[in-house]
Amino acid sequence: MSLLSIESVTKRFGGLTAVDDVSFTLDAGEIVGLLGPNGSGKTTLINLVSGNLPVSSGRITLAGATLTGRRPDQIARAGVARTFQLVRILPSLTLSENVMIPAVFGAKAHWGAEALAVAQDALKQVGLDDRADMSASRLSYIDQKRLELARALAAEPQVLLLDEWLAGLNPSELAEGIALIRGLTDSGITILMVEHIMEAVRALCPRVIVMNSGQLIADEATETALTDPQVIAAYLGESVDA
Amino acid sequence: MRRYLPIVGFLVFAAAPFAVSDYGLGLLIGAVTYVTLASAWALFSGHTRYISLATVAFYGTGAYVVAVLNETLPYGLVLIIAALIGALMALLVGLSTLRLAGVYFVIFTFGLAELVRQLITWYEVNVTGTLGRYIFLDVTAREIYWQMLALAAVTIGLTAFIHRHRLGLALRVIGDDEVVAAHAGIPLARTKLLAFVASATILTLAGAIASPRWVYVEPAIVFNSTVSFLTVIMALLGGANRLWGPALGAVPLFFAFEYLSVNLPNTYPIVLGLLFIAVVFVLPDGVLAGIEKLRARWKRGAA
Repeated sequence: MSLLSIESVTKRFGGLTAVDDVSFTLDAGEIVGLLGPNGSGKTTLINLVSGNLPVSSGRITLAGATLTGRRPDQIARAGVARTFQLVRILPSLTLSENVMIPAVFGAKAHWGAEALAVAQDALKQVGLDDRADMSASRLSYIDQKRLELARALAAEPQVLLLDEWLAGLNPSELAEGIALIRGLTDSGITILMVEHIMEAVRALCPRVIVMNSGQLIADEATETALTDPQVIAAYLGESVDA
Repeated sequence: MRRYLPIVGFLVFAAAPFAVSDYGLGLLIGAVTYVTLASAWALFSGHTRYISLATVAFYGTGAYVVAVLNETLPYGLVLIIAALIGALMALLVGLSTLRLAGVYFVIFTFGLAELVRQLITWYEVNVTGTLGRYIFLDVTAREIYWQMLALAAVTIGLTAFIHRHRLGLALRVIGDDEVVAAHAGIPLARTKLLAFVASATILTLAGAIASPRWVYVEPAIVFNSTVSFLTVIMALLGGANRLWGPALGAVPLFFAFEYLSVNLPNTYPIVLGLLFIAVVFVLPDGVLAGIEKLRARWKRGAA
């Protein structure tokens, strides 16, 4: 049975249809890439799943429970965590506090030493555990990205939505980032990742979903999709093999 | 040692009426009232950074409830009713406005105080036919002082409790980034509402306790927007997100304004404005944070 299911989801902003009747499902433990040129509706779709935006029509379910129509905090507690395309850290809090939050306010409602332990574990996974008491405002860009991932992990989610989490990293950081995400999939978490870096998509995702102008144009094995004439046409001018 | 400091301070303040003149006691009441107002204001606004200018809407309502009910009901009951009315008002206002962000919230809260004032004026003129009311209560200045001091202590105690509780963490996250807060599982509306109602209830109660000092009450007197502005400046000066920040800002500023309003009655609002600007530019996080920064720099310099 599928874990996350997107059924005929549509999002309109006035006259613009940003997501147009998109349907697909994710099985538990899968890691799927969400591709498409800029403006194709990938981030909007992520926002619809996380509840950041309400859908215009359609239905999204997690393990059979309806997510559409619920608030972001309810969806978070139901087991969906995400990172943001433009990194969003909490600058006035320490690293440990940043990461502790979803553990404290999530489904399991940890508090005190327990919450700290969850935060410390998540920080360790991304390699920031030695700076737990530092203020988040002092982190470099790559470390802010790590921190955001640690925060999503501390939610102990069933589904993790990554919105271009690997963007803006240099080659060695990218290799580290790919290894980090691969490590996560071994733990059984289900991941939907928006990504432009084909190297990462090839390395991590056996299956991809491709969007163009709000519509789903391909949902197939990665190798097939990258040679699919429709997909290549959508990326027009961008080298798919880059 | 540091743990007992607040208790010692409280006892010193509690004993102060025996050592000062009537005029001195009046000043002490004013100072403690502003400590309460600034601390209660910061209870909601300190961490969430929702700058509320509605302080006087609640404070004035508290005073007006006493003015209306003081001849018909026992004093204790009047205070309870005032607190309940304040809480109910905050609930209604909160439900309809806490979705507003930034400057819209500031403007709304400023308008709220004016709205309440105009509504009461309209009601008094058209329905009851009087504008002013008298408060003749058998409450001495000392009793008012002790009640206000107790309320201040409760406010600071409650703030300390919230800081250590998950509600405090939730408010800090909301102050930093509401989108992240929601996506981490924090129910935004409920969290903000809870803090706003707690803060407003205390503000209303402070108005009710202070009201017998006025004797004569009318809307233009009790809904004076200067109270709202002073409260904000005091809390920001001390550091609105610190436990003792609002109190440390309130005491010196209260005495400074008292001195200025006596000695420079005409230019006093200018000084007030300049001070507001200075606080925002020079000490955006308050004196306490400023001192910490200086200390850190000095330490680094020494090492």
